[in-house]
Amino acid sequence: MTNDYTVKTLEEKARKIRRHVINMIYNAGSGHPGGSLSCVDIMTILYFHIMEHNPLDPKWKDRDRFILSKGHAAPSLYATLAESGYFPIEELSSLRKIGSMLQGHSDSRIPGVEVSSGSLGQGLSVASGIAYAGKLDKKDFKVYALLGDGECDEGQIWEAAMFAHHYRLDNLVAIIDRNHFQIDGSTESIMSIEPFAKKWEAFGWYVIETNGNNIKKMTDALERIKNIKDKPVAIIAHTIKGKGISFMENNNAFHGKSPSKEEMEIALRELSGD
Amino acid sequence: MEPRSTRDAYGDALLKIGDNNKIVVLDADLSASTQTSKFAKAYPERFVDIGCAEQNLIGIAAGFAISGKIPFVSTYAIFSNRAWEQIRNTVAYDNLNVKIVVSHSGLTNGPDGASHQSLEDIAIMRVIPNMTVIVPSDAIETEKVIISEVDRKGPAYIRLNRSKTPIIFDENYEFKLNEIVKLADGDDIAIIATGTMVHQALESSRILKKENIDASVFNVHTIKPIDRNAIIDIAKKSGKIITIEEHSIYGGLGSTIAEILAEEYIGIGMIGTKDTFGESGEYNQLLKKHGLTSENIVKFARHLNKQNRK
Repeated sequence: MTNDYTVKTLEEKARKIRRHVINMIYNAGSGHPGGSLSCVDIMTILYFHIMEHNPLDPKWKDRDRFILSKGHAAPSLYATLAESGYFPIEELSSLRKIGSMLQGHSDSRIPGVEVSSGSLGQGLSVASGIAYAGKLDKKDFKVYALLGDGECDEGQIWEAAMFAHHYRLDNLVAIIDRNHFQIDGSTESIMSIEPFAKKWEAFGWYVIETNGNNIKKMTDALERIKNIKDKPVAIIAHTIKGKGISFMENNNAFHGKSPSKEEMEIALRELSGD
Repeated sequence: MEPRSTRDAYGDALLKIGDNNKIVVLDADLSASTQTSKFAKAYPERFVDIGCAEQNLIGIAAGFAISGKIPFVSTYAIFSNRAWEQIRNTVAYDNLNVKIVVSHSGLTNGPDGASHQSLEDIAIMRVIPNMTVIVPSDAIETEKVIISEVDRKGPAYIRLNRSKTPIIFDENYEFKLNEIVKLADGDDIAIIATGTMVHQALESSRILKKENIDASVFNVHTIKPIDRNAIIDIAKKSGKIITIEEHSIYGGLGSTIAEILAEEYIGIGMIGTKDTFGESGEYNQLLKKHGLTSENIVKFARHLNKQNRK
């Protein structure tokens, strides 16, 4: 079980990353706050508690791998990588600007980013290929792929789901950021994906559901699945789109819109931790 | 030598390079047709059947390439094109070392009909930045291409054929990426061919010779990157060119040559993105960066206007 000190430290780190995300998207004048904020806690736990990785040696052969399949959450990944020490935090303000390393969607030219993404549905395949290669090389690293729930409309996700089960990739963990929204509306109104857990189970995955915005519960879930054998693992992480900022939570208007100056200021106040 | 299909040569070439344990071979439920089944039998631990799921095929290959493997990925040409966007966004954008080797290109899958033929693939692969496009002309050249691609980092689309075709080269032939290979001399006209059409071009030059028309014949195995200067030289020497390819006249070998010669001779200033991906930035900044502005048209026009082309 995760102790209270760890939970508190991770919660503070997640708040800091959320502040970066708001500043970054405000400075850029565009971006995806809703789906970036929903998965901050998941990335924080992975990079600061679960994964073995080395910011000074991003290509370290035995590192655990993280694949951001929902590439529009790039601001959260970049902020997490910068906080981890992969590149200077000052670079975050260049998001989406011409000539910047920090492309609008996650980009492998950035230290710590394994593969570029942005077009939905492709990350689970890439993660599965890396997991398979890890088995060939007899490595024991894990591959964590973060998927959006709306993204699971893509057929390729299910091609990869069949593949990962067929080849028994138990070194692969798919975490689905189940924030219940996609661009055009709620997932269940646009293209219903329920019964979601049963779908993954039917594809042969070991499935657990938890609260992806609750640091303790999410951390416990990731600890719990570490030794699952013979099956890939899917964690359906129930989250709140826009998590952490009152007027963005469950407000799909902030799927792909940057906050105004006033909204940015309120958001940062709410994230100040007071 | 007896005629042989390029896919058959591919299957054997994989066996020759198979000892290299970086090589993995992926197929989408067509290994008997693409001839990757030979590798599957010899190296089962490094052969991965993806099932008939081409988008996943490309994604898995990307994962292997990221992990330092050299994936050779095969299916029919047309079905690989189903994953065009995965090839563009994941493989080519990240410049991953994925070798997409497709069989059954062009019309070779005759009786199966249009759904199984591929007449557009050179065009849609050539337009992707970072992509190398190779169309071997016979079984010998195919083997040389496959062996040479093991040592070259970066994505490739290698286009093979199902049917037996005449052997053009002998074992001493040295394949060099990007080299345009002269196969027949002639001053009257140049016939530039690729893939399975090279032997047709050679045959035509023999027929023409009887009519006292001296046709030179060139094999362009590498459609991209193309040797621009060599094409210009051919045009200068012959003044007349015929191109032939088992592919649409839109966007393939003929178009590639027409683009080069149009810019060189007719005074067409083609303004557009120059074989690069875009990037993040304000729209107007990006237009300026890529020269998509009235100022750039004016600059080109002034330049062209100084030339006397009428």
